[in-house]
Formats: sequence, C-alpha cells, structure tokens
Amino acid sequence: MKIGAARETFEGEARVAMTPDSAIQLQKLGHECFVETGAGKAAGFSDTAYEKAGVTVVGSEVDLFGAVDVVAKVRPPTEAEAELLRSGQTLISFFYPAQNKDLLERCKDQGATVVAMDMVPRISRAQKMDALSSMANIAGYRAVIEAGNNFGRFFTGQVTAAGKVPPAKVLVVGAGVAGLAAIGTATALGAITYAFDVRPEVAEQIESMGAEFVYLDFSETQTDGAATGGYAAPSSPEFREAQLKKFRELAPDMDIVITTALIPGRDAPVLWTKDMVEAMKPGSVIVDLAAERGGNCELTKADEKIVTDNGVTIVGYTDFPSRMAAQASTLYSTNIRHMLTDLTPGKDGVINHNMEDDVIRGATVTHEGAITFPPPPPKVQAIAAQKPKEKVKEPTPEEKRAAEIAAFKAQTRSQFTLLGVGGALMLLVGLYAPASFLQHFIVFVLACFVGFQVIWNVSHSLHTPLMAITNAISSIIIVGALLQIGSGSWLVMLLAALSVFMAGINIFGGFMVTRRMLAMFQKS
Amino acid sequence: MEYGFSTAAYVVAAVLFILSLGGLSGQESAKRAVWYGIVGMGLAVLATLMGPGQGNWVLSVILVIAGGVIGWMVAQRVQMTEMPQLVAAMHSLVGLAAVFIGFNAEIEMVRIAALQAAGDATGLEALKGFAEKVAHKTPAEINILKIEVFLGVFIGAVTFTGSVIAFGKLAGKVTSKAMKLPGGHLLNAAAAAGSLALLVMYFNGAGSWTLILMTLLAFFIGYHLIMGIGGADMPVVVSMLNSYSGWAAAAIGFSLSNDLLIVVGALVGSSGAILSYIMCKAMNRSFVSVILGGFGNTSGPAMEIAGEQIAIDADGVAAALNDADSVIIVPGYGMAVAQAQQSVSELTRKLRAKGKEVRFAIHPVAGRLPGHMNVLLAEAKVPYDIVLEMDEINEDFPDTDVVIVIGSNDIVNPAAQEDPNSPIAGMPVLEVWKAKQVFVSKRGQGTGYSGIENPLFYKENTRMFYGDAKKSLDHLLPMVE
Repeated sequence: MKIGAARETFEGEARVAMTPDSAIQLQKLGHECFVETGAGKAAGFSDTAYEKAGVTVVGSEVDLFGAVDVVAKVRPPTEAEAELLRSGQTLISFFYPAQNKDLLERCKDQGATVVAMDMVPRISRAQKMDALSSMANIAGYRAVIEAGNNFGRFFTGQVTAAGKVPPAKVLVVGAGVAGLAAIGTATALGAITYAFDVRPEVAEQIESMGAEFVYLDFSETQTDGAATGGYAAPSSPEFREAQLKKFRELAPDMDIVITTALIPGRDAPVLWTKDMVEAMKPGSVIVDLAAERGGNCELTKADEKIVTDNGVTIVGYTDFPSRMAAQASTLYSTNIRHMLTDLTPGKDGVINHNMEDDVIRGATVTHEGAITFPPPPPKVQAIAAQKPKEKVKEPTPEEKRAAEIAAFKAQTRSQFTLLGVGGALMLLVGLYAPASFLQHFIVFVLACFVGFQVIWNVSHSLHTPLMAITNAISSIIIVGALLQIGSGSWLVMLLAALSVFMAGINIFGGFMVTRRMLAMFQKS
Repeated sequence: MEYGFSTAAYVVAAVLFILSLGGLSGQESAKRAVWYGIVGMGLAVLATLMGPGQGNWVLSVILVIAGGVIGWMVAQRVQMTEMPQLVAAMHSLVGLAAVFIGFNAEIEMVRIAALQAAGDATGLEALKGFAEKVAHKTPAEINILKIEVFLGVFIGAVTFTGSVIAFGKLAGKVTSKAMKLPGGHLLNAAAAAGSLALLVMYFNGAGSWTLILMTLLAFFIGYHLIMGIGGADMPVVVSMLNSYSGWAAAAIGFSLSNDLLIVVGALVGSSGAILSYIMCKAMNRSFVSVILGGFGNTSGPAMEIAGEQIAIDADGVAAALNDADSVIIVPGYGMAVAQAQQSVSELTRKLRAKGKEVRFAIHPVAGRLPGHMNVLLAEAKVPYDIVLEMDEINEDFPDTDVVIVIGSNDIVNPAAQEDPNSPIAGMPVLEVWKAKQVFVSKRGQGTGYSGIENPLFYKENTRMFYGDAKKSLDHLLPMVE
C-alpha cells in the first residue's frame, strides 16, 4: 500500500505525521511511503532527508491525496482536505469525532475510512499507539519549561555567597499523563512539587514521581477511575467546594500552577478562580493546559499569554506539542507506525482493516460508507477496578499512652503472679526437702534464669548452630559417668564406660559440626 | 586433688558455657563462642578426671578418645541438609547416657543399702568415689536421691526413643506422617500414670524392678509421642528433645550432687524450651497442640478458591528476573530436599552481579530444624547479611518486583490471613503475594504438609514453575544474563 503524509495546513502547526525514521520502519512492513514537499520542514526534517530514507516527495497536496491509499496527518482534515478524500482511502489523524460531527458526515459521504488517533482505547495493548498520551507527555514537559521561561527565579533552592534562594513551589492540578510529566519535570528541576487529582487512586503515582499529594478532607467516595476508562469524572458540588477551599489555601504559597484537568467530552472545569489568581504573589506563573477547552483558570485566554494586574502571568497556549515539533513528530509518527503495524498483520504491505479488533474498531470512526462512532465498549477492561483501601487508624498519643500503661500493668501483674507462685512453691519445697538438696536447687533455678536471659538474644539465623552447641554442651553428662566409672561394681563400670563413650562422640561431634557451620556464615 | 579445685574449675566452666551460648547473638561473635564451649568442656572433663572420687582414668581417656574419633568423623562427613537428623541422633546419645547413669546410681544405692544392712563396716570403709558419697547420705537425702534418679531416668528414656524416632523420620527411614497406635494419647497418658504409680512404689522401697519397668514405659512414651508428630512440626520436636536432653542432664546432676551438671542441664533445657516456644509462636499454635499432633479441626468450610494455577517455563521466569530490580527468594523444606541451595546461591550471585537487589526471606519454621535454611544458605556461600527473617522483610514485599518461592508452601499461604476458617488462620506468614510477581517452584500441584489448599498459587500475579527445584533452577541459570 502507499502511505503518504500531508503537510499540515493549520496555522502554527509544526508537526508532521511521518519522519524519515518511521518511513524506514513502514517500508519494512511492505508499504511505499510518500510525503508532501515541505511537510517536515517546520519540524526539522528536510525533503532530502525523506528522499534518503526512500520516501517519494510529492509536489502538492492534491497529488499526494491522489497518489496514496493511506493519508497520515496530525490535525483533523480541513474542509478542503476532506473533499480530496476518495472512496476506499484511509485517513489517519486526530479527529475528535464528538466535536466534529459535520466533518465526520463529510468523510463518510466521501466513502473514506477514518482512523481517529484520539479514539484509540486505553488498554495496555494499545499504549504504543496512544498519541494523546505521547502528546500530553510533551505538553506536560513543555508547560514547566514555559512556566520557567516566564518565572523570574530558580526552580531549585540554593544557598550561594550572594544570598539564599528559596526553591520554587509548583502545584500541578490534574495528574493525567500531562500532569505526571509536569510533576516529573518540575521535580527534576528542583522545585517543591504538590499535585492534586480528583481520583484518589493516582496518589501513589503522584508520590512515585516525587510530588506530594494534596489530600482533601472529604469523606464522599469518589468514582473509581477504572469505571471511566482511567479518566476523571465530574465531581459533586460539595466535593468541588472542598476542592476550591483547599486551592484557596494553597494559592498564596504557590509560585507556579500548572492545570491539566480535563473531563472527556466536556468543557474544562474551572478550578482556579479569579480570587485565587489575585491571592497569588506577583511574578507567579499559571500554565493552563486546558486552555483549548475553556481553561481551568477563570482568566485564561486561549493561545495567549496575559499578565494580570497583580503581576501573575497566565499562559494559555494550546500548541505545546507543536512548540516541540521535532520531538512531537518523532513520537506521533511512531504512534502512527504502530497503528499501521496493527493494520498490516501480515507485514506484506496489505492493509487488513479488522473491525473485530478492539483497538482498530475503537479508533475507526467511518468505515465503508458508514459512521462507526461511537464504538461499542471494548471487550477488555482498561484498568482493573481498585479495591477500596482500608485506612489504618492512627492511635492518638493518649490512646497510645493508655495502651502502654495497660500493657505495663498486665506485664507487672503476670510477673508478680509468677514470682508469687514460684516463691510459694520454693517455700513448700524448702519445708520438706533437706538442706543439701536446696543448695543444688538454688543453683538450678538461677541457671534456668540465666539460660532464659541469654537464649533470647540468640540470633534467629543461628538457631541450628545453637542446637548443635547445646547438644555438645549437654554431653557434660560425661562428668557424671566419669564420677561413677571408678565406683567398683563391674556393672556400674560397664554402664558408666558406655556413657563416657557416647558422651565422647557427642562432645567432639557437636563442637566440630558447630564450628563447621559457623565458618560458613560469611558477610557479603 | 582437692575438692575445692574441681569446684573452682566447674565455676569457670559454667561461666564459659554461659558466654558460649550468649556469644551466639551474632555471626562473628559466634565463632569465638564455640571456643568458649570447647575450653569449658575440656576444663570440666580434666577437673573431673583429676578431681576426688575418680578411679579409672586410663579407661576414661581411652573411651573419650575413641568416642571423639567417631564424633569427629561423623561431623566431618555430614551433609548440611542432614543436620536435623544428626542433631536428633546426638540427642538420643545424651538421653541414653542419662538412663545408664541413673541406673548406676540405683545399683550403688542397692549395694550400699545391702552393706549397711549387713553392718559390713570394712565394706563401707572400702567404698570410694560415688559410692562413698552415697554411703554418707541421710535417709531423707536418700529419698530425694531416689526421686532424682527416677526423674533422670524417665526424662532420659523419653529423650532416647523420641530422638531415635525423630532421627528416623528426618532421615526418611520412618514415615514422616503422624502415626498413632489405636488409643492415641490415652496410651501416653496411661503410660505416664503408670510411671507415676511406679514412682510411688519405688519411693516406698518396692525395689529396682519398678525403675526398670518405668524405663520401658518411658521408652514407649518417647516412641509413641514422636510417632504422632510429623512433617512441619519437626522443628518443634527437635528443639523439644534438645530441651529434654538438658533436663535429663540436670536431673542426673541432682542425683550426683554435681552443680556443673545442674547448671549446664538447666542452660540447655531452657534453651530448647525457648526454641520450642519460638517455633510454636511462628506457627501460631500452642505447644500442647503440637505435642498432641496434627493440625486442629477447622471451624467451618474453607474459603472457595477461584481461578487456576498458571504454569510458566524457565524462559518466562528468566525474562521477569532480567527486568526486575529487586528480588526476594523464599526457600523452604523443598529446597533442602532437592539440594538446590548451590543453584540458588549461583542465581543470587548472577543477579547481584547485575546490580539487582537480592534478598532472602526466612520464615522461623522453614525447614525441619530451627534456622535450617540459614545453615543451608550459608553452606552455599550466600552472605548472611542478605538473609533476613520474617519480621525484617515482610513489609518490603509490596516494593519487590519478583518473589521466588522455592519449596515452601504453608509459610506463604495467604489463607492464614484471609480465611478465618483456615486451619492455619492467624499463623504469621510471609506476605509474598503483595509483590508484583511471584514464581513458585514446586514439584507438582499437591498441597503442603498441612494439606491445605494454598490460594497463593491461584493469584493473578502468581506463576507456577513446576519441576524439581534444582533442575528447574539449573535450567534457568544460563538464561539469566
């Protein structure tokens, strides 16, 4: 099949859907690659580079659409481009079918198959073609860089000869892919990073990236992210209030706020209100990654950078990935390549549009003259449902103290009882037994006591050597046999001699084997 | 030589023995501790040989040396996996020696009583050594002596047959299943009651036959008691016998009025008792229920286990190991049976050479002897500082990439925590299932000693690596690069 990447006509769009590297990979699948002249220029890929990779460079958009079977693009097609599509042709690009109903109709009428990269379902297998994530990753990184560009101080704290610099405090609202990327970048630059998300299950991910999760003191259970395919769901008014209250608390402290909160298929929720902006210090920066959908900040103006009266910069750019066109193109073209790999199961250059496949079915919005959007729910659940975490209640200091006292009292009581009973028994024995026995008995009791005190300290791993050595030591019974061996009677002598012999085996065997064992214990 | 001298030597020996046991608190000080024990023993034997009441020291030295040569050879030859058998066998020797010495005391008592009855003053004068001491005892002291001898012989006899059976079970010569004669523990109780009755008769002067009959009964108790315990309870049994051999020595010490014997017997006895207690605690079972044998009855139907056991081959395990950063290995009795410790050590070396964190988690009752796994791993030159006990490592499982369970079952059974009806409910276990991935190396699909299904094998993150532990690991080794 012939695959071609068109030049992006949208103003300011610098990305391209195919790079020389991805073209080489596509050719390995048996495809033939085309590119419109100048398509990669803004992203830093010249026509010569494409030619070197074996790509045919075509002079105009019309020629390209005419020549190829599959058109790869970044932005959704314009009216003019849609008209160029023909029956049986496939278009792969971002499409946003829910917002672009007319365009969808249009493509259907043209008879083209459209694969929307933004509709790739969020399942593990499809991660390699999840262009939304790869673009969000770039946006998150760029948001921090953009913020740093407009922020007049260091991110990291420093103590220099010229004075002390406090570290910047960064708040990231919404911990999706973009949010997590922003957290990672901000932490790497040395800022103290806080993050918030309505989905409590991402707390762990946030902490793993090095930020502190901002907990809300709110009892209502939030919808599990797993129910919505890993995306956030709208929250209740009470929850929103609690959330805004927390943000109001944080606003005066934060130097940089990066908002990334989006709910699929809705306008961006307003989370950073005017009064919060006013509460912020002059020189602070807000980067609103949701600007395209109305913005999370009340004052955001899409595609613009504004400075408020109190000196807070609000960045509302919507083209963060395009601002890093080379990187974005590399990742996006790889996503496209993976999509084509799945569409070419035989690796023979023949596209097999398998509508039974969860990923292909989900991403396909028009096929064979029919609209196939919205797709049925995927057969595979995106994320396993989380089990509710049980909160372990921290005992208060008073409770702890009370428990300690109770334990101490119980211990005292049991010790007193033991001592009492033991003492009474001793007295009883003392009343009846002769003095010579008692002398030995005292020795016995004290030895037991010493034994108990000493053995508790023995290291766990040395229990086998302990047994071997106690075994060797218990052959002290040889002393008894030695005392009897010279006693006279032949029978006594025989039995004593046997005992000496057996104890002899034990002494040497026991100590030897203990030594052998202990010699093996080595430190690394 | 003087009585004072040997007493002084005994004090020194006793102190050395205490230091010797105390030294086992750390691996390094333990190496010194053995020498304390050896010197203490040498001192005690020398002092006795040279002390008062010793007659036949040439014979004694010859016998000690002969016994020593045998002991030396056995100790040199024994495999580390055979450690449990060896320890059990050596306990039996101490038990038998205690029985013999007790009998001797009885024989002397009878002889002296005869001499005294006959009024043979010259005969009494001619007595020496132990007999002389007995002859000077008052009637009350003789009575106490009788009880001491009786107790010493009883404990010694139980230790002897018990240890012989334990040895047989551990060496695989006797079936390791719990076996009981019809009548079960009633037989034991009857034998014990019989012994008590015999004690009363013996005390009242019924004659030596009571002592001999009691010895036979005690032999039976030792045999039957240990036959009724098996499998995973063996660590408790061995440490219990260890304790008994100590108490036997102490009882003999009383009958011979020898403080050193009493001190050492008490030390060994309490050491064994503590070990038994630790082992019981690790299984969440009372000492009595272990002695009574078998696992208790369940209080309800066991939890249903959903899912199936998923097998994996060496390739899969190797791939996971190559990707992992942290690995914990949980060895059990199966590793000892398959003699797989060298392969485990080799695997550890390879993984560590690649900069991965490898550690071992040892459950207190893993194996058939307290600390059994530690000794096996040490033999295979696994450094002891990466071998951790349950309490030290249990919290680290959630942060671990791969856990390899080699030949252990009940000690990693999540049912102990999840299923209140499980027979092992409440037993502390290693929480391996919290790790990202668990591989279980196991011979087949059977259940562990307790006969309980292990839900771990059915968990989503568990893969079964079937086959003999050593062969599986040797197959795996070349693939870990």
